[in-house]
Amino acid sequence: MEATIEVTGLRKRFGSTLALDGMSFIVQPGQVTGFVGPNGAGKSTTMRVILGLDAPDQGSALISGQPYPRLRRPLSHIGAMLDAAALQPGRTARNHLLWLAHSQGLSGRRVDEVIERAGLTSAARRKAGGFSLGMRQRLGIAAAMLGDPPVLMFDEPFNGMDPEGIVWMRGYLRYLAAEGRAVLVSSHLMSEMQDSADHLVVAGRGKVIADTSVAELIAAASGDRVTLRTGARPEAMTVLAHAGATVAATGRDTLAVTGLAAEQVVARLSESGVGFSEISAHRASLEEAYMELTRDAVEFRAQPAEEEVR
Amino acid sequence: MTATIAPYRPPQQDGGDGFAPLLHAEWTKFRTLRGWVIAIVIAAAAIAVVGVLLPASGQSHCGSRSGAACLALVPTGPGGEAVNDSYYLAAQPLAGDGSITVRVTSLNGLISAGNGGFVGPNSPPPGTMRPGLVPWAKAGIIITGSTRPGSAYAAMMVTGSHGVRMQYDYTSDIAALPGPVSAASPRWLRLTRSGDVITGYDSADGRHWTEVAAVHLAGLAGTVRAGMFTTSPLDFTPNFPTYAEPGGSLSASVATGTFDDVDLRGGAPGGRWAGQNVGAIGANYAGPRIGLRQAGGRFTVTGSGDIGPVVAAGVNNIFITGTLADHLFGVFIGLLIMIVIAAMFITVEYRRGLIRTTLAASPRRGRLLAAKAVVIGLATFVLGSAAVAVAVIAGSRIAHDSGIYVLASGWPIEVRVILRTGAMLAVASVLALSIGAMLRRSVAAVAAVVVVIVLPYILGVSGVLPASASEWILRVTPAAGFAVEQSVPQYQQVVGHYGPPDYYPLAPWSGLAVLCVYAAVALGLAAWLLRRRDA
Repeated sequence: MEATIEVTGLRKRFGSTLALDGMSFIVQPGQVTGFVGPNGAGKSTTMRVILGLDAPDQGSALISGQPYPRLRRPLSHIGAMLDAAALQPGRTARNHLLWLAHSQGLSGRRVDEVIERAGLTSAARRKAGGFSLGMRQRLGIAAAMLGDPPVLMFDEPFNGMDPEGIVWMRGYLRYLAAEGRAVLVSSHLMSEMQDSADHLVVAGRGKVIADTSVAELIAAASGDRVTLRTGARPEAMTVLAHAGATVAATGRDTLAVTGLAAEQVVARLSESGVGFSEISAHRASLEEAYMELTRDAVEFRAQPAEEEVR
Repeated sequence: MTATIAPYRPPQQDGGDGFAPLLHAEWTKFRTLRGWVIAIVIAAAAIAVVGVLLPASGQSHCGSRSGAACLALVPTGPGGEAVNDSYYLAAQPLAGDGSITVRVTSLNGLISAGNGGFVGPNSPPPGTMRPGLVPWAKAGIIITGSTRPGSAYAAMMVTGSHGVRMQYDYTSDIAALPGPVSAASPRWLRLTRSGDVITGYDSADGRHWTEVAAVHLAGLAGTVRAGMFTTSPLDFTPNFPTYAEPGGSLSASVATGTFDDVDLRGGAPGGRWAGQNVGAIGANYAGPRIGLRQAGGRFTVTGSGDIGPVVAAGVNNIFITGTLADHLFGVFIGLLIMIVIAAMFITVEYRRGLIRTTLAASPRRGRLLAAKAVVIGLATFVLGSAAVAVAVIAGSRIAHDSGIYVLASGWPIEVRVILRTGAMLAVASVLALSIGAMLRRSVAAVAAVVVVIVLPYILGVSGVLPASASEWILRVTPAAGFAVEQSVPQYQQVVGHYGPPDYYPLAPWSGLAVLCVYAAVALGLAAWLLRRRDA
């Protein structure tokens, strides 16, 4: 059985809140899958369901084809870090890993290995309560690696990391994927995914709104919007609207055009003899593509600053 | 995007899957938190230190006597137990087999109307006594190896309010004809000796006899003493009807039995009935009243004291006695600390979300809870038993050396008390763990275990409630488990204040069973909730 996470039709309601509304996706081995979406999109709930911590009202989550509670020695099938602060402050880092190792029938030798890989050797015998958030993240990752699992899952691993740590984390995630492991990484900031993830699952309001590769997502979002500066604004709007575009006046002599590529805008305006002084095709960043995708999914959004017809 | 890299195959790892790794993990969790280890050691130390030092301090009952001399005053019966053995005896030697038969026509008594107290030099004069018969006043016939206190014996007797009884070797008591004795309703009593076997009979008419029992008195001398006796224990009137407070007034009492139709077979021809006040009681008391009066075939025997086992709660003890329970006062403190640790063994995991790591590592939640229960149960059992062993063994030796007669001591009972008390601590800790798993919050869980386990104990033993309420609490609440501390048996034929810390309403194992039922139900409920709830 391939090392995967398969999430199918998860639904879960907490009181009056529908946390998951048909969440479905597959995490493939050999790549880093970014699990992105605004806060409240259901990412953490999905991860808890994957680990068998929360029971879904409907749907299933399988690790390499098996439901989590069916796994024997689960940490050798999937390693996860959900919350780096989930520690007993009075216990040393090494002892925290030691009981976890013992629960899987693993020895203290394996603990020392993962401590070294996570770069925690010097802090291993200190109480975890005194760790910075960055060090706790490393401890959480060491815990996830204990069972040397083919599937890994990290919830917001970049949180609280300094720039150096973020670079280390990106490299580590890519390294894990390059070893052939399936890696699922959640974040509410797309920028963190830009250089880490190969594949993206974008979630909003409890379901998947895009399941695509990073390259495809950027391609789909690019070139969709053209900014036009013209002295003949009403004429240009008429011509372009007839050509099937959506046109919005964004300034006294500027228009935002969507639905037509830049070349087509130039061609239509030239055919109709409408002059323009400037045209620019907008190249969407991953961040903007993501904003566009999740616009409706953000539960609490600031009012737009300017009036816009999209 | 399709994976172009071969999926990761981890190398084969050592280690197994099962309950043992879970136990190992939970034990590692427990021992790696210094606070818990320190707390449980303090709990054990409290049990040991309080048990050894508290009873030893301020005990100098023997006055100027040495401890050994003090202990030498306590008579012990054929079974090795401490006994009261004081009565007035009118007897003749009986060589070999034979029998004694009497008719008892009355049993009357007097109870001191003045200040209560032991019968002794300071007892009130007879003039201040009022008529009255204590429930276990005894008059009847006895065959005894000797008049040395603690000798083997068997006796048939009428009693103040318990009808005819056959008693032998202090601890055994068999009911026979019911009802009080009077001139209109006399009782015939008979004892026969055949070798080591003494058989008792009673009769309401002197013609139709009923065998009560045939008992074997090991090592009975060839020549024994057979005769009539009367004795009367102190009168005990509880003046504050609570369970735990031994409040009550003790009053001296004497009783007089009237006998006729006396028929001794196997005695020396023409033998005379010789009176003797056996045991120290009554020796200095109200001279003329104690003794034997004889008119024709009619005998009146007046005596004071008791023939029976010494009980911890007994009112008739003239000796300084203690029990193993005297050394278990620290158990309550140790229990309090242990149940708090046990509850927090799971609640602290909820505080910061560590429970999610735990449950991800051990998805089978019932087994996880079982592993936690085994770890906390074993830790409290081992440390608790060790601490109780120190308290009981060292404490009772120190008490013994200072002249306190420790009732029901010796290895078999000490080992039982140690293991039972350790088990009680362990089961209470499992109950506390289960409550912690249900409530998931430390403060709430600690409050709940105190209310469920500690509060009933305090209410049960402190004497703030009426006796019946206290007794009920110590039967039906988890505090019933404290019954394991009992080391001394209760005797119906000895009046006493049967309450904590020496006596509980339930037998030791029954009390522990009640606690076990609570723990089992709570553990089952906790497992069900743990499986059902999202983590």
